[in-house]
Formats: sequence, C-alpha cells, structure tokens
Amino acid sequence: MPANLRPDKNPMPSQPPAQRAHNFDEVALGYDEAAALDEAARCLHCANMPCVSGCPVNVHIPAFIEQVRSGDFEAAYQIITQSSSLPAVCGRVCPQENQCEARCVRGKKGEPVGIGRLERFVADWHNQFSAAAPVRPAPNGHRVAVVGSGPSGLTCAGDLAKKGYAVTVFEALHLAGGVLVYGIPEFRLPKRIVQQEVDSLRQLGVDVQTNVVIGKTMTIDELFEQGYEAVFIGSGAGLPNFMGIPGESLKGVYSANEFLTRSNLMKAYRADAATPIWKGGRVVVVGGGNVAMDAARTALRLGGQVSVVYRRSMEELPARREEVEHAMEEGVEFHLLNNPVRILGYQNPDDPRDPKNGCVKAVECIRMELGEPDEKGRRRPVEIPGSEFVMQADVVIIAIGTSPNPLIKNTTAGLEVNRRGGIIVQEDTGATSRSGVYAGGDAVTGAATVILAMGAGKTAAKAIDQALMG
Amino acid sequence: MYPIVAKKCLNPTVTMMDIAAPLVARKAQAGQFIILRVDEDGERIPLTVAGYDRAAGTVRIIFQVVGATTEKLNHKQVGESIQDFVGPLGEPTHLAGLKKVCIVGGGVGCAIALPIAEALHAMGAEVHAIIGFRSRELLILEDEFRAVSDRLTVMTDDGSYGSRGTVTVPLQAALTAGEQYDEVIAIGPLIMMKFVVATTRPFGVKTTVSMNPIMVDGTGMCGGCRLTVGGKTRFACVDGPDFDGFEVDFDEAMARGSMYRDFERHAHEETCNLFQKEVR
Repeated sequence: MPANLRPDKNPMPSQPPAQRAHNFDEVALGYDEAAALDEAARCLHCANMPCVSGCPVNVHIPAFIEQVRSGDFEAAYQIITQSSSLPAVCGRVCPQENQCEARCVRGKKGEPVGIGRLERFVADWHNQFSAAAPVRPAPNGHRVAVVGSGPSGLTCAGDLAKKGYAVTVFEALHLAGGVLVYGIPEFRLPKRIVQQEVDSLRQLGVDVQTNVVIGKTMTIDELFEQGYEAVFIGSGAGLPNFMGIPGESLKGVYSANEFLTRSNLMKAYRADAATPIWKGGRVVVVGGGNVAMDAARTALRLGGQVSVVYRRSMEELPARREEVEHAMEEGVEFHLLNNPVRILGYQNPDDPRDPKNGCVKAVECIRMELGEPDEKGRRRPVEIPGSEFVMQADVVIIAIGTSPNPLIKNTTAGLEVNRRGGIIVQEDTGATSRSGVYAGGDAVTGAATVILAMGAGKTAAKAIDQALMG
Repeated sequence: MYPIVAKKCLNPTVTMMDIAAPLVARKAQAGQFIILRVDEDGERIPLTVAGYDRAAGTVRIIFQVVGATTEKLNHKQVGESIQDFVGPLGEPTHLAGLKKVCIVGGGVGCAIALPIAEALHAMGAEVHAIIGFRSRELLILEDEFRAVSDRLTVMTDDGSYGSRGTVTVPLQAALTAGEQYDEVIAIGPLIMMKFVVATTRPFGVKTTVSMNPIMVDGTGMCGGCRLTVGGKTRFACVDGPDFDGFEVDFDEAMARGSMYRDFERHAHEETCNLFQKEVR
C-alpha cells in the first residue's frame, strides 16, 4: 500500500469555539478509526527514525504507527506502553510540535505526521475497548518509594513496577495525578483519563498512598528506615511566584496554582461544588506560559471576560501555539508588551463596611518595548516611560511561574539544591547528592513540561534498577 | 478513610473529635495544623491540632460550626469516618527556652492555645492564661486550662462568667503591674489578636499570633493563605501558622478572610436545610 502523500495532517475534530467557551468538556474530540488509518498511512517509515530521538521517552513511533495502519490498535498500544506509562496523557498534552513531530520528514514539505493525535487515538481505543489488564511481573524483592504522583513519579513508579519492584507512591493531596489533576484543566485533559492511567499502574502493583506529605508526615530518612532501598523525588514545582507589586493581596487576586487547583482538583467550576471560586467579571491573567493559557481559558468558561497581559510580544510568548490559538478562538484577548505595575483596590470612602472594600478594581500596566537580547537570546522587555494605563478588573490571576518547595530540602540533610532551590541531579541518572535518592521533574528543573518530567522519571527508574540489581 | 473514635460537644457550637490518623499522631506538635475533607467532593479545610495521642494513634481536633463543612463534620458520629486527613502541616510553636509565658485564648482559639499551655507547663515554665468568651454558654476547656496554669483569668463579654470584658483588660493590667513575660502567645479571632498586639506593643513584649487564613492544599502550592508580615508576603501554611504579632498586617488578613463570605453563608444555609429535611 503506497504512503498517503497529502501534505496536511488529518484535522483534529474539535468542539466549535463558541460552544466550548461555555463548557468544561474536552476541546479536542480525537480521531475516529478512518482518520487514524488515513493519518497512519502518511508515515514514511524512515530508516533513521528522527521522530524517536525527538521523544524524551523514545516511544517506538514508526512501529506503533505501522500497527495502526494495519488496524491492530491493541498491538500499537502495547508498543507505546513499552516506553510510556501515560499514553493517553501524552497524546493530549505533549508539545509534539517541538519534539517528535518537529523532526518528522513529512514536516519539510507540508505538515508532519500527526503522531500525538495517533498516540491519543491508540490510548483511547485501548481504554475503551481492551479488557487486557496489565500483567503483574514477578516480584524481585526490592522496595522503592516515590514522592509525588505527578508525571515524573508515575513514570518512575510504572517503569520500576514493570521490572518487579514493590513501589509505593506518596501523594500529599487527596487524589493521585499531581499537576495532571490540579493544574491541567478538564477541557484539555479529562480527569477520568488520568484516573484510568493511575488505575493501570495500580493493576501493575503500584501502591499509591494519598494524604502523605513527605517532609512533614514522614521524612526521606524515615523512608529508608522503613526498608525502602531507593527514593525518587518528583514533588513538583512548588510555591507560586508573585510579582511583588502593590495590591497583590487584594480580594480577587489569585495565583494561577490556586485558581486552577480550585477549579480542577476541587471542582469549583461545578454548580454544586463545596469549594468556592470567583466566577465571571473582568479577568486579567498575567503571564504567557501554558499555565497562563489554562488559567485564562478556565476563567473564560467560568463566565469571565478575559485578557492575558504579557510583557513580551507574541513571538516570545512561551505557551504552545495550539493553546494560544484555542484561547484566541474562544475569545481570550491578548495584551502584549504590557506589564502590570500595581493592582488597584476598591474602597468606599463613605462606608467602611461596604463588602466591595478591599476587592480588586483595576490593574495599572505600563507599555513595554523589546530591547537588546538577554543571555538566553530573548529580547529583554523595557518599560516605555510615561506609558502607564489602567485596565478594569475584578479578578487578577498571576501566572509567572513557581519556585521549588523547600519542605523536602529542609528535612533532608545532605540534599543539595541550586541557588533557585531546584534539587541538583546528575543528568544521566537523576542521582542527587544523597546516596539512594533520585529526583526529577519540576522539583529539579523548575516548571517545565509533562513529557520532560516523564523522561526524568524514566531515567531515574533505569538508574535505580542498575543500582539495586547491579 | 479516617475513623472518628471519640466525640464530645464542648458547647452548643464547638465540638471535639479524636480522629484515628496514626501517621499524623506520630509527628504532630503544638501549633501545627491538619487539613481534612469530610466526604468525597468535600472542601479542604485547615484545623489546628488540639492534641494527640501517639500511642493510640489519634489526633484531637476542636472546631466551631461556622459553615457547610464544619456543619457536615459535626453531624458525623463515633464509628463513622472522614474522607481525608493530612498533616501535621506548618511549623510547631517555638517554645524552647521560655520560662514565663502569658497565653491568651479567645473562643474556639482556646482549643489551640491549650496544647501550647500544656507543653509549656510540662517544660516547667510559669503559665499565665487568659481565656475569653462571648458568654458563659460558650465557655470551653476551663478545667483543662486550670490544670496547667499558674494563674488563670476567665473573661466574658457580657460578664455572665468570670470577669466582664475582653482579654486585653487583664493583660493590660498584668503588664502595667510589671509582669515580665518572655512571650505572649495569642490565639483567637483576628480582631482579638490585633488588639492583644496593640496592648503588648508599648511594653515591647514579644507577641506570637497563630494565623488561620483560607487554604487549599496546605503545602505551599497555592499561595491562597498569603499574609503580609513585616512588609513581605508569607505563606501561613509553610512559614507559619505562628508569626510575630508586631509584624502581621491584620487588616489585610481580615479582608482576605471575607473573600468567600457570601458563598459560605449560602452553602451553610443549604447544608442546614438538607439536615433538617433528613430529620423530618
């Protein structure tokens, strides 16, 4: 059968923007079988497989696509899970355009093969139609503890469990999944998908203990005392950064972490939710990353009129292009080359008991222009003197990144961190300065992507296996 | 699930419960807090640890019924369980080296002040306790405080028990009379702690307050519990809950505490209606 030489990917069926702007259902609906078969036929099966080297966990991409093309979707799934513990998640949230698809030969003339869309199709097909429970490997007698149940922790746990390790995952929150459940919204990654992935790990024998804060409920040292022979720390990005401008403690100012946690983990978007969130009004989101896009699109769905304020231009905006386009289609406005200088509050001069007192009223911004490139090559934004202006606002969401959480560092003697607080590791093993302790994901790198965290979990699992089995 | 092993009503709106949570009981110290969810889909609320029994593996909480979540919790009985219970969170109260301390508790805040008074008493420190309530019906833990205090003063707003007035009246009198405290530790409503600080400031007595702002995760991740302390943004969940009272911006904390007042009032009414229907 000849390859399909059409230059474009099969489009992703999606909810129309006007409809999805008012609900929390998933935006992208996924390929049907016909689209998947057609897209799989676009793969040229290059001998040197550039796509595989573009994947942080090296999924055998041409091999799984070949199985899709032949219609054996379960076989395709089994190929993906050899490398990835979370295929239904990766198919949705990986930035494929910078990874596997960026290296696809088809991308040189036209669009690359829709690798992410095919991965998602295969994982969803498996979750819907396959009854095959993962086979529990024979125990090898070794115990490993994993701190945090986000992408890096789940990957590390999954890889070790497949090799026969008894793995316990400790999660601080009441639900496993880390950023996949508290951070990424339902409309990008339905929570039932995350729970299915966690359930598959449980079927593999992984023990997930929620409500345990390592550094508080138990320390790393106590884990070793309890007989764990190695510990992987995947505790995530941690504390939200604020701008340090006046007005950040006014009522109506949220960190993106808080806003998203209320909506995603605590389901505050539901009418019957027990956890409150401010809905509607004029919302200003500060920042230009994926988290800012998630916060903006969540606020929009809660009935807000949403503006994103970012201090550089569209070219430097770090969020995935697809997320920015989705946000624009849905009606999020972008105010680029602007930076907030203070948040203004409401104060009724005649009534000190006015409930609106202390609430956000507006954000004062200053216009920026791009100056000389900084050490990373990004052009530095510079304030234009005298260009201040005021934007009306009821809610302000600060999405300018996070700093590592010090809970584990402060309770683990000898665990070295860099000057930003990230845990220092050897890149090829994930080993920290403490013997038997490994780390990966945002706790090491600061806020990054799901797939990079998974790559780090995978690297550490391999190193732990080598250290314990020799 | 975390079973309720004991329950006692301390006054018409304040309840004490012992919860089986061995991992938390093993580590808990005075001044720390826990976060709980009563049921699936419930809200996460912080409650300061009111006591613990390491051998029995239980943690004591004392709460006032103020909203939907505490209303639901109060309807749970011994033998039933609560969904989630995590901790101990925050930093313990720093007590090392203290020889003479005045503990000031207001209302349900006395529940948190008691383990601190007990710990100080056990260390051999001299403990002066001042506990205040709106009226006699709301009085809690008097005997327990008496057992660990070298001097106990009970105040009520309406004079129905003890002396009439606020907790700052005897505090002011003691400081004016020349009492030299190493530290004053105040735990109660924000407005009370604000006025305790106003009372101690002229005397320069170190004053520690325990803050209990709105929280979600309790581990530093959301920043919802932020306070301005000494002009800097601090997170009550990881930096606190104890702070230097002279440095805390109480007015801002009071404003932030009212962020969801309408939602909370509505949710509490709905919950009460629901329980009333069940009774009928």
